[in-house]
Amino acid sequence: MNNLGEYIHQFRQQGVCVVMDINSGTIHVTDPLVYDIIEVHDKGGTYDDVMKMLKVKHKNVPLSEVSEAYSEIQTLINEDMLFTDDPYKERVLDFKNQKTVVKALCLHIAHDCNLSCKYCFAEEGMYHGKKAELMSPEVGKKALDFLVANSGDRRNLEVDFFGGEPLLNFETVKEIVRYGRNIEKKNKKKFRFTLTTNGVLVNDDVIEFANKEMDNVVLSIDGRKEINDKMRPFRKEGVSTYDIILPKLKKFADSRNQDRYYVRGTFTRENLDFSKDVIHLADQGFKQISVEPVVAKETDSYALKKEDLPKLFEEYENLAAEMIKRDGTDKEFNFFHFMIDLSGGPCVYKRLSGCGSGTEYLAVTPTGDLYPCHQFVGNTDFLMGNVNDGVTNTAVRDRFKNCNVYAKKTCRTCFARYYCSGGCAANAYNFSGDILGDYETGCELQKKRIECAIAIQARKMMKEQ
Amino acid sequence: MKHIKTLNGTKLQDTVKKGGCGECQTSCQSACKTSCTVGNQHCENKR
Repeated sequence: MNNLGEYIHQFRQQGVCVVMDINSGTIHVTDPLVYDIIEVHDKGGTYDDVMKMLKVKHKNVPLSEVSEAYSEIQTLINEDMLFTDDPYKERVLDFKNQKTVVKALCLHIAHDCNLSCKYCFAEEGMYHGKKAELMSPEVGKKALDFLVANSGDRRNLEVDFFGGEPLLNFETVKEIVRYGRNIEKKNKKKFRFTLTTNGVLVNDDVIEFANKEMDNVVLSIDGRKEINDKMRPFRKEGVSTYDIILPKLKKFADSRNQDRYYVRGTFTRENLDFSKDVIHLADQGFKQISVEPVVAKETDSYALKKEDLPKLFEEYENLAAEMIKRDGTDKEFNFFHFMIDLSGGPCVYKRLSGCGSGTEYLAVTPTGDLYPCHQFVGNTDFLMGNVNDGVTNTAVRDRFKNCNVYAKKTCRTCFARYYCSGGCAANAYNFSGDILGDYETGCELQKKRIECAIAIQARKMMKEQ
Repeated sequence: MKHIKTLNGTKLQDTVKKGGCGECQTSCQSACKTSCTVGNQHCENKR
């Protein structure tokens, strides 16, 4: 039995004891006896140490029970489901040597916006540019040609219409989609289009088009009216964005049968009690909800700080408890960061290689420049090429290609490494100046979310049994 | 088992053999745009 403390992760939450076998990805819900025995061994303790622990914590448990618990633990060890080694390290080298294909693009349809959200990393849509710019249909079509030409044998190709606010250039969105549908069959590809919008310009025409063509739509709203309107104001003050977008987003979500969309909010230091915003959105009837921590510079007043973590952990746990309470009722809802696919989830290759930014996922500016992802757009240190010439700055691509859980020191021993795949390169860069650096607050939040997601699944399993 | 209930039977080791087709969704395209999570992605490998 290994006892280095990096094979097992344990936690108690929502009334369940969870033991995660990190390398096999298997998750066990145990009774307190097994939980405590595993904990002693994981910390390097011996059988004698277990006996000492039992005298204190389980003094009324008969030895026959202890023997039975050990037998079950041994069964899992024999089945490579407990205290398993990491067999994947060598595979990463294979991965690095693979030919790079591009399979997803974020099209910056408009570097302009009708809102001026206070936390916008795109600087109100301008992305460090001096003036507003709209993507032309020609640039958009060339981007699709570039994607098809560089996608190798990948069939499913993803294209997100992003901004700024893409509906400021909706006719171009339509034209690019039409072009995509024309070229996909002859190239044996399938485009999955998605749209990310602040909702202000959503109308029946947009809804009809999106429901026909968009695999997913992401609709921005932060939650409670006072929270939303403080952080997501119009450029001219005095009009509530919440009042304008809420009915539109409700209509949009209903028209998609409450599926294949997310209402997507951002929480900041201004609303550390963000679980109330999630619940607010759920109470408005939204079933697919994502509310996520802000990405900000440490110096920004609304940036989340390390000292906020205990409060944020409490909020995530409160939210998990509320979801368990609502499960199976007409008030149940999905929370993106608590969704976890435990049976048909991604293979280990996907889990090792991360989000794909700079390699299989690229962002395209209105003028056709290529960047590793939307978060790097405008930072010319990361300019990779353009849709006419393709990726010419291969040095940037190679840096991102080496971005994986084994390349990041803190990931190597983190229990969450096969769930977050090393996290967001842009976050790491913003906080440490290095795409392989750390963003500790973000990591702590990620770990808490994974624990909550598993605790919810564990409670569901127990309910079914 | 009496003391242990396993939540998921799929072992990551088993995905080494047939995984890596790359057809699954790019995580950042799904909703987040800031916070990489792959644990919630679905496998699209039909092999």
